[in-house]
Amino acid sequence: MNTFQIVFYLFALIVIISAMGVVFSRKLMYSAFSLLFTFFGVAGIYALLNADFLAVVQIMIYVGGILVLIIFGVMLTTKITDVDMISGKTGKWVYLGASIVSLSVLTLLLYMFNTVNWNLPGATAIYHDSSLDALGTVLLTKYVLTFLVAAILLLIAFIGAALIARKGN
Amino acid sequence: MESNFILELFGNNIWSYLIIAVIPLGFVTLYALVAILGELKIASWVQDRLGPMRTGWKGVLQPLAEVIKLLQKEDITPTNVNRPLFNTAPFVVFIGSFAAFAVIPFSSKFIPADLNVGLFYIFAVSSFGVIGILMGGWSSNNKYSMLGAIRSASQMISYEIPMALSIIAIATLSSSLNMNKIIEMQSGGFWDWNILGGNGPILKIVFIPFLLVLFIVYFIGSLAETNRTPFDIPEGESEIVGGYHTEYSGMKFAMFFFAEYANMFVVSSLVTVMFFGGWQSPFGSFLNDPISQVFWFVIKAMFFVFVQIWLRWTLPRVRVDQLMYITWKVMLPFAFVAFLGVAFWSMIKP
Repeated sequence: MNTFQIVFYLFALIVIISAMGVVFSRKLMYSAFSLLFTFFGVAGIYALLNADFLAVVQIMIYVGGILVLIIFGVMLTTKITDVDMISGKTGKWVYLGASIVSLSVLTLLLYMFNTVNWNLPGATAIYHDSSLDALGTVLLTKYVLTFLVAAILLLIAFIGAALIARKGN
Repeated sequence: MESNFILELFGNNIWSYLIIAVIPLGFVTLYALVAILGELKIASWVQDRLGPMRTGWKGVLQPLAEVIKLLQKEDITPTNVNRPLFNTAPFVVFIGSFAAFAVIPFSSKFIPADLNVGLFYIFAVSSFGVIGILMGGWSSNNKYSMLGAIRSASQMISYEIPMALSIIAIATLSSSLNMNKIIEMQSGGFWDWNILGGNGPILKIVFIPFLLVLFIVYFIGSLAETNRTPFDIPEGESEIVGGYHTEYSGMKFAMFFFAEYANMFVVSSLVTVMFFGGWQSPFGSFLNDPISQVFWFVIKAMFFVFVQIWLRWTLPRVRVDQLMYITWKVMLPFAFVAFLGVAFWSMIKP
């Protein structure tokens, strides 16, 4: 095994174990915190695949933003932190439905994985250029309209949130 | 990678990467001892005391004594805490601050990982600290810890915005996020440091005020980021006992403490890299070899650590509403204007 493989399997192990923690833990708070390690592992794999900018954005947005939001949400709504995920009212049919849905998602993903014509550029051992420059160029030339629309959407969401928050006073 | 002498020395294998990872750890450990002594001594001098005098010459061995004390303390885990999260939190906080050392350029020949997105990376990994603090505060099952954690998280999230603006401004000025490139742009003596307008013609003096404002905004933000006074409301002793680490003792408390000191060095070295030329010697090419660069870098970063300690013992704590007022209504507009100024300068710069 070379360094690449060791690091890859390390991150893959982190992702799989923590993702299982997210799904199987009976406390909501454990799931939320397990998500931290999942995001971290995915970011590590991105970094390993030379997508340095994507890796950092993954940590920045998912760990710094979304996860904090989820944890705040769980913490501030008292009592749901200790509720068992399976309550008495859901019967055995839940398992059947869940199995069907997840099996069909798995089939779809496997089908996609095998049929889509993936664009695989030759892997390079050492990668000198940053994906940052390429991303910036593409964002401000080819996809400039999408970029601006996304920015305006965020601005609208921002103003809307401020408006809702101010309503009380 | 020519920017790492370990890789040149031992080749590109897993052992050299391990060595690269261990060097900053050793540095942090040594630095933490020095910083603790600095904190104790500067605090005493500010308050007209002598400080620790009995361990070693003038008390220089005091931090070692403190570490030994913390190591042999009983590791108390309160009964009603959430045990797994309570035990993980200090490590998550420390990972957050130690991960940032991966891109800190100690010298042109030693930067642990020469990432192209270095500046952005430091900014991103600091969010691990937020999660760790929330984890510790929530799992302690104590209202003061919880309040401290929420205060800390909201403070760190708010102060990230003006700090991000100053980082973006520096990124536009040097058209890179790579730490070494940002430093290389500032070569040629202190006159070319970013705080004095960076490398460029004499016209740059018009834009110095903008960079000065960005520096001040960043520095204030970094004080809030590390939960240092005057922004230490997350651990305000007079209001919420000890904040998020109220329930922690012994080595686990030491981890939080260690992470705070490591974070102080990270933000100080970021200030150094962004505004004060990183490892560049202030006298141009004089004493600008890779070994002196380590000296210049550490001396500059330690100066800002000193400023942080100095501020801690001179300023009173701000209130929560003042804290939010400072970020959103003072720092943010100033940072925006300064950012526009710097962006204009990097546009017209030849």
